[in-house]
Amino acid sequence: MHEVSLIEALFDQADRAIAPHRPGDVRRITLRVGALSGVEPELLRAAFEGCRGERGYHRASLLVRDEPAAWRCAACGEALGEALPLACARCGGDARLAQGDALILERLELEVPDV
Amino acid sequence: MCDVCGCGDESVRARAVTVSPHASLLADNDREARHLRAHFEAGGVLAINVMGSPGSGKTALLEATSRALQGRLRLAAVSGDLATALDAERLARAGVSSAPITTGTACHLDAAMVHRALHDPALGEAARRCDVFFIENVGNLVCPAIYDLGEAARVVVLSVTEGVDKPLKYPVMFLKADLVVLSKTDLLPHLPGTSIAVLRENLARVMPSARALEVSAVTGEGVEAFVAWLDGRRGG
Repeated sequence: MHEVSLIEALFDQADRAIAPHRPGDVRRITLRVGALSGVEPELLRAAFEGCRGERGYHRASLLVRDEPAAWRCAACGEALGEALPLACARCGGDARLAQGDALILERLELEVPDV
Repeated sequence: MCDVCGCGDESVRARAVTVSPHASLLADNDREARHLRAHFEAGGVLAINVMGSPGSGKTALLEATSRALQGRLRLAAVSGDLATALDAERLARAGVSSAPITTGTACHLDAAMVHRALHDPALGEAARRCDVFFIENVGNLVCPAIYDLGEAARVVVLSVTEGVDKPLKYPVMFLKADLVVLSKTDLLPHLPGTSIAVLRENLARVMPSARALEVSAVTGEGVEAFVAWLDGRRGG
């Protein structure tokens, strides 16, 4: 369950990002999670629900945006599709993960008093 | 009316604010890891993150490596476990200067835990003087995979008794591995359904530039190849 550690890290980053505001102002947190990030979105959501109260994010919801995996040839840059093939069909080079391991805090949406 | 705090005060209006950090959740860990990596590299220490299931033979591999080296390289280690210092004690008996990292409930090591362990005076001194520093991770094929510990290379120990399908079931662990050690090969005669060829094929499906060595810590077969791999990494 490293998802709890990651959610604690998420709130640490959120605290820094919204420093002039209060955690209670945050309504929505958008997180981009790659298919090969090593994280289970359902466990992440459960950890978020379990931790948000004690971190002061009482009214925040979590939006998880999925990022599919994509591979490219490390030698010639050819796109290799979602499933890792054994080698590049064009030049035989090794595959390199081009995307799909993201664990990115993208956006925080707040509602603050208009004074 | 105010729905900022829910007080209902009609004079308070809410204003929407969006903040876009675009920051990795692992940013703090990765910063610590870069610090550790700089420290290891400056000291000429080859740091190896050793991962694998509980009971896959991580400690046994390191014991066998120490025996095979016969003191040619200075070895130090930290061993992560939820409880007990048993692995660190085993390694110490095998001639590896070592300390435990007891994680409590955490299922993985992070860079801050390794950093704190290195500030223990006894281990810190051994780690500065060693040639190879092993970071024996918590036994787990899932959680440790995403944490950079400042290592130069990642080794996954996968015992042949775990089944040939494990690379397909836990791709993230193998995706970022530099070497897979297929351990307990002395048990293969008792495992009629286990094919090393199929295991290697499954590895190649999840691990770019798949590299695997077959090792038995019991008979010592293959340990020399692991030592040669370590020598290659030190030279490179």
